[in-house]
Amino acid sequence: MATFLGLDYPTLWFLVVGALFSGYAILDGFDLGAGAWHLFFRKEKSRRIALNAVGPVWDGNEVWLVIGGGALFAGFPVLYASVFSAMYIPFMLFLAFLIFRAVSIEFRSKEEMKWWRNLWDVSYCISSTMLALLLGVVMGNILQGIALGPGHEFTGHWLEFINPYSVLVGITVLALFMMHGAIYLIMKTEGKLYERLKELLKNAIIFFVVMYVIVTMYSLVFIPHLSDRFRNNPELFIVPVLAFLSIANVPRLATKGKYLMAFIFSSLTLSFLLILSAIELYPVLVISTLDPVYNITIYNAASSEKSLGIMLTIAAVGGPLVIMYTVFVYRTFWGKVKLDETSY
Amino acid sequence: MDVEILARVQFAFTIAFHYIYPPLSIGLGLIMVIMEGKYLQTRLKVYEHMARFWTKIFALIFGIGVATGIVMEFEFGTNWATYSKYVGDVFGSALAAEGIFAFALESGFLGVLLFGWNRVKPKVHFIATLGVWLGSMFSAIWIVVANSWQQTPAGFHIVGEGMNARAEITDFWAMVFNPSSVDRLLHVWIGAFLAGSFLVMSVHAFYILTNRHVELSKKAFRIALVVAAVSAISQLLTGHHSAEGVSKNQPPKLAAFEGHFEKDAPADMYLFGWVDKESQQVYGPKIPGGLSFLIDYDFNAPVTGLNNFPENERPSAVNAVFQFYHLMVALGLFFIALTILGIFLWWRGKLFRYRWLLWVFVIAVVGPQLANQFGWFAAEMGRQPWVVYGLLRTSDALSATVTAEQVLFSLIMFTLIYLLLFLLFIYLLDRKIKAGPYDPSKIDDRPLQESILGVVEPKKTN
Ligand code: HDD
Ligand code: HEM
Ligand code: HEM
Repeated sequence: MATFLGLDYPTLWFLVVGALFSGYAILDGFDLGAGAWHLFFRKEKSRRIALNAVGPVWDGNEVWLVIGGGALFAGFPVLYASVFSAMYIPFMLFLAFLIFRAVSIEFRSKEEMKWWRNLWDVSYCISSTMLALLLGVVMGNILQGIALGPGHEFTGHWLEFINPYSVLVGITVLALFMMHGAIYLIMKTEGKLYERLKELLKNAIIFFVVMYVIVTMYSLVFIPHLSDRFRNNPELFIVPVLAFLSIANVPRLATKGKYLMAFIFSSLTLSFLLILSAIELYPVLVISTLDPVYNITIYNAASSEKSLGIMLTIAAVGGPLVIMYTVFVYRTFWGKVKLDETSY
Repeated sequence: MDVEILARVQFAFTIAFHYIYPPLSIGLGLIMVIMEGKYLQTRLKVYEHMARFWTKIFALIFGIGVATGIVMEFEFGTNWATYSKYVGDVFGSALAAEGIFAFALESGFLGVLLFGWNRVKPKVHFIATLGVWLGSMFSAIWIVVANSWQQTPAGFHIVGEGMNARAEITDFWAMVFNPSSVDRLLHVWIGAFLAGSFLVMSVHAFYILTNRHVELSKKAFRIALVVAAVSAISQLLTGHHSAEGVSKNQPPKLAAFEGHFEKDAPADMYLFGWVDKESQQVYGPKIPGGLSFLIDYDFNAPVTGLNNFPENERPSAVNAVFQFYHLMVALGLFFIALTILGIFLWWRGKLFRYRWLLWVFVIAVVGPQLANQFGWFAAEMGRQPWVVYGLLRTSDALSATVTAEQVLFSLIMFTLIYLLLFLLFIYLLDRKIKAGPYDPSKIDDRPLQESILGVVEPKKTN
């Protein structure tokens, strides 16, 4: 089997997909979080500023999801096919909310009427919140395992996706995104709105830490397979410790007023939590709750070596380009939001 | 109802709806690049104002294009799981390349295009516009390559058997340059230029008719007219080349285009007509041996007919394929006539003299939209009953675990959402067109403006 730096191609692609999802969580995480706060702002001007803080970047952020989805399709077609058809209804709802979020941002500013703006504000806030929750629910189900049968086909009922663990993970993801989004908004605002967001951030941090503790306890007690790898390889404990440290750093830096650093640490938190999940699962992608032979692993789901090789080349060429555009755009819009006639 | 029909209806509906927007983004992108280029070259404010005006409309179109495009990407997995497993190895790399090379470029620069007018220099802004346009052009490349691979597969081999069979890539470049991809890509690009330029002409013709923004509109109209005329003529050439390709690679499709049933007989060409599948007759005015001539330059050359293939290996909706194809070609010929007339009158200095002609341009905006849709429907329905031509049947491509109720639920959901989107789109487009081009003295957000140095000229008191 071909390898690169001692890693086989499916593993490398697993890392690429992981990096894409972590990029997505960091970037779209803050604008979904900002969206979830939207109705907490009462004044028209505050709402406009909050919206324009994500205005120039949210579409670019969403592209990470598009690329991540494409990367799954291309690298692990079996996973893409079975998970997406299994979670048919959750994914359809996810798509519907993605549409509503996109058009709410786009449509809101096109009319002056109060009811019109309120309507899209509500739609923006609900769809951002639901997207965060649904991402968490999907994540929770993947961690816990789903009823995969012969041919890796799902044999259960879609309502099974709503279960205590997945709902807890959903709420945790929402809390994390809201914390992340609040820090981002603080960096982009001034005056009253800025002061108000500082208060909201404190609540968000408490909300997230409480949820994080609950989910961790729940997994330790009810889902032992998630901690097996750590029990057998104590040196891996460094990852949860790092995750914990980066979580702890967020409130510390926030109280000092170092919001850029706080943002970096909340981004790191997102990454560490994903790395944690990846370590728990690897090389399995989706656990079958029926029989381990039906597990989807990076090996039985992967495309051919040839195809993975091609895509690794594409990723190696394209990756730096994507990072370049991203940096360019964020630099252009760096600093506090200024409204002008091109704003939403 | 059965899952297959529902899933097909859903796919056709969602992609047809999506495909209203991408051609407009691609075509408008080109025209905005030209407008900004002219601004850089001449430094005349009028070009900046028209570019700003179209940017706002572009934003609206682009937004809906993005929202509906994401649905397409995930629909393969949800509705066509077997297909996804079958083609993932080949098709996936094209889709991944699209995301990384095209969408990232497009949406990265979009922020600067829309919100950067007052933040970056005109040159940088021009580069951003160019980036967005190139991004949309690239995205067409990868998606058309993927679709063309389904029409004329190349560069792969099949591993596994029965339900576990799948295509594996053997030669990336043979996959990319499969026999139909270049022809079809050019045809799709030019179809998009037509869509964009006809929209620009329509709006500015309307302004000229209603006596608003006349000077700006005349300039913008001429830019779009040149793009439209060049595109209309090229479209005939690329379309013809595509048809030649189809005659070699997908003979049953070509036979369906012209309603040609007879085995290996000379084939006629119809201007329009009606196909009666039972009697295998086509009724309508025809050029005897016309199709034979177009393919082999000989009126008596034999052409493979539908009867050369068993019933289950040829498209069943022959009349529909025939109609879609003929409507597209008729529209194409109409665009050539209309734009050449425009150019001719421009040359004689009479372009804006005839009100009826301007009205024709106002209405003609729907033409390219229809031709684009008809073209896809002809190409896709002519490929049936295969999803991957000659390899995988549409009826085998479905998700095994998805039930009819689930598909029906999502179909109803998308129908309602898209209907709402479409109504809002038309409403907002209308509002923007009524509001007219950017005019710095008419910005209503005065207090906000003052914070930005040098953007707003002092308010004139009159
Ligand atoms: C000829 C061009 C063309 C065709 C045939 C299609 N698309 Fe499309 N698509 C575009 C051209 C395009 C575009 C011009 O690049 C869009 C339209 C507006 C936009 O934002 O980008 C876009 C948007 C768009 C997006 C959103 C990208 C973003 O977030 O920026 C996705 C995920 C897709 N498309 C996926 C698809 C899929 C899976 C298709 C086929 C089944 C498809 N498109 C057909
Ligand atoms: C954008 C314009 C397109 C239009 C209007 C279009 C139209 C259609 C239509 C009408 C069908 C249903 C055919 C039938 O049931 O008889 C169909 C099916 C399909 N098309 Fe296309 N198509 C487009 C582009 C694409 C692209 C770009 C791809 C892939 C990259 C694609 C892949 C498919 C697949 C997978 C099916 C489902 C299986 C099938 O029924 O054949 N299509 N499309
Ligand atoms: C002027 C004469 C035209 C001819 C002879 C022509 C010919 C063709 C042919 C043969 C195909 C099928 C290709 C295939 O299945 O591989 C096709 C598809 C298509 N046509 Fe045309 N066409 C013409 C005009 C137009 C115009 C004016 C538009 C749009 C503005 C258009 C848009 C399309 C589209 C979007 C497709 C589907 C994509 C593809 O298969 O290339 N066509 N055309």
